[in-house]
Amino acid sequence: MTVGPGWYMTLAAALFSIGAIGMLVRRNALVMFMCIELMLNAVNLTFVAAGRALGTLDGQVSVFFVLVVAAAEVVVGLAIIVAVFRARATASVDELSELKG
Amino acid sequence: MIDLLWLVIALPLFGAVFLHFFGRRLGEPAAGWVATLLIGGSFVVAAGAAVPFFRGTGENVRVLLWEWMPAIGAGFELQWDPLAALMVLIVTGVGSLIHLYSIGYMSGDERFSRFFVYLNLFAASMLTLVLAGNYAMLFLGWELVGLCSYLLISFWFTRPSAAAAGKKAFVVNRIGDFGFMVGLMLIFTSFGTLSYAGIFERAPEVLGTGVATAIGLLLLVGAIGKSAQIPLYVWLPDAMEGPTPVSALIHAATMVTAGVYVVARSAPIYQLAPFAAGTVATIGALTALWAASIALAQNDIKKVLAYSTISQLGYMFLGVGTAAYVAGVFHLMTHAFFKALLFLGAGSVIHGMADEQDMRKMGGLARHMPITAVTMAVATLAIAGIPPFSGFWSKDEILGVAFEAGGWFVVLWIIGLVTALLTAFYMTRQFVMVFLGAPRWDEGVHPHESPRTMTIPLLVLALLAFGGGFVNTPWRTALEHFLEPAFEGVAIAQPSKELSTFFLLAAVSVLAGVLGIVAAYLAYRRPAEVWQRFQESLGAPWRWWEEAYRVDDLYGALIVAPGKTLAERTAFSFDLGIVDGAVNGVGWVVRRVGAALRPLQTGFVRNYGVVFVAGVVVVVAWLLVVGGGV
Repeated sequence: MTVGPGWYMTLAAALFSIGAIGMLVRRNALVMFMCIELMLNAVNLTFVAAGRALGTLDGQVSVFFVLVVAAAEVVVGLAIIVAVFRARATASVDELSELKG
Repeated sequence: MIDLLWLVIALPLFGAVFLHFFGRRLGEPAAGWVATLLIGGSFVVAAGAAVPFFRGTGENVRVLLWEWMPAIGAGFELQWDPLAALMVLIVTGVGSLIHLYSIGYMSGDERFSRFFVYLNLFAASMLTLVLAGNYAMLFLGWELVGLCSYLLISFWFTRPSAAAAGKKAFVVNRIGDFGFMVGLMLIFTSFGTLSYAGIFERAPEVLGTGVATAIGLLLLVGAIGKSAQIPLYVWLPDAMEGPTPVSALIHAATMVTAGVYVVARSAPIYQLAPFAAGTVATIGALTALWAASIALAQNDIKKVLAYSTISQLGYMFLGVGTAAYVAGVFHLMTHAFFKALLFLGAGSVIHGMADEQDMRKMGGLARHMPITAVTMAVATLAIAGIPPFSGFWSKDEILGVAFEAGGWFVVLWIIGLVTALLTAFYMTRQFVMVFLGAPRWDEGVHPHESPRTMTIPLLVLALLAFGGGFVNTPWRTALEHFLEPAFEGVAIAQPSKELSTFFLLAAVSVLAGVLGIVAAYLAYRRPAEVWQRFQESLGAPWRWWEEAYRVDDLYGALIVAPGKTLAERTAFSFDLGIVDGAVNGVGWVVRRVGAALRPLQTGFVRNYGVVFVAGVVVVVAWLLVVGGGV
């Protein structure tokens, strides 16, 4: 049995789905944040796998970009979550519905 | 002196600016003296520059002060020819006397110095008008005198009637200005320039009869507005709300003659358009008769003079319309003398009677105001056309030309003759009602002669009103020679040189004048009760007559009321309903759509996530099922 690109794609799809479902069902901002990271890394996995299968470096280069952006996003996101937690003593996103129309 | 010509306009203009800032500090009467000296200075400069014309050696000169709008041939350009010179001398000469008179008349007024600011500004504007070397600059002066007229009529603006009169004068004049402006556009499209030099020399080659007639009629519309002819004369009687010196300066001697001046100045154009010229003459004659008939029934001392002015302006139009440009301008000059005198005399009476203007409450003033009475008598005889007073010579020249012209103009001559009779009648009526007979004053009125600043102008003007006619008699046509260079290439109609014709025509018109004087004297010399009872016995028609045939009401019903209705409809139906409605409607739609869509924003991240994921699923499903390339 060979582990081909299909396996990686399946794994990535599973990881992405877990991330997306977690994103939709959890209320804790921190956990939702981790779910986003999970989705991003699932995508990264597809990039690397596809790059390897096609024999180009493009996939790995894209992963670098994603990692850089994700790092920056984590900085900003965590700062916001900490600030919100300090102000409200909660990290539940359901409490944060000021923009309700 | 030609190099200093710009000073003629600059001196009064400087006066206006200077008095605007420092007039209040100068106070009374210094501000008035400054203004008087400046306009007097203008007169001296103009007289000096006109000397060559008097010697008969003068040449027409154009002085370009600076470029203004070269594309339409309009610079700040002064045209110095005998016609301009004569107009400038009248404006500055009569103007100086009226400035001097105003020092006495306006004494004690709160806004004494402000009055002289306006007077000086008016003089500068009028001088711009007559000195202009192109139609654009003429129009500039034309509009400025209109503005000054508005400011001066409504000088006592706290009186609602004065404010309304100023507004009316301005609005009615705008109607005329509209025609005038279209005329200027037509001139520009025909000639490619507005400069007199480029127009008058080339007029015969460029203009066909049709275009010349159109230009002539359009300029006439402007002249009708400014010179208060039928049908736009209604503003002038109301303009009597202004201080009396204003009536004398603007609404008798200078501004209202601007229309006559424009027709005379545009003589080369009217020469090519006999129909337009005939229209000028006809409107003039009809106005003369119409206004004179209204003047017969007026009781306000200034209203009589206002209608008389309209009537006399009609004579001038009759003159310039029959191509008798010299006669028309001649009458303009003599009229400036005797009408300014009449207004200033009336002002002196009003001043002495403590602001009483109703002639029914005067009478017997000759004993108390001898100088005013004598000078007014001179003016009355002059306007009535009794030789050798000035009005006789100029009016007879106009009538003589009309008679010679033959055809339709003979009808106009008869109208002019009847007008002469009426003129003599209403002027004598006024003189008798004011100065003769038994006093009918209100209690507490003590008539007194006016101060010297007021009587000296009266005396000077009386001299001019008496002798001003001798500059152009059938024996000695000095004015004609003087004006000739200004009308190069224009055929000027002249009265018959045969003395027998002259004497015959003169005899007829003098007879008309004497008849009018005698009739009025006999009718109004009797005790006041007699003619008052007679007037009252006429009942409603007399009141209709007294109210100037209620032309104002007619215009009100025909033009003003529909205009108001239209404005109201536009403002409250169209603007509020449709224009504002459309704008509000857009806002309303946006708000309703927003309100409908607002619940979509739940504020829960989860909901947004679901939509997001659902969207991704749909897109991916689409790609899988339909394929990528689309």
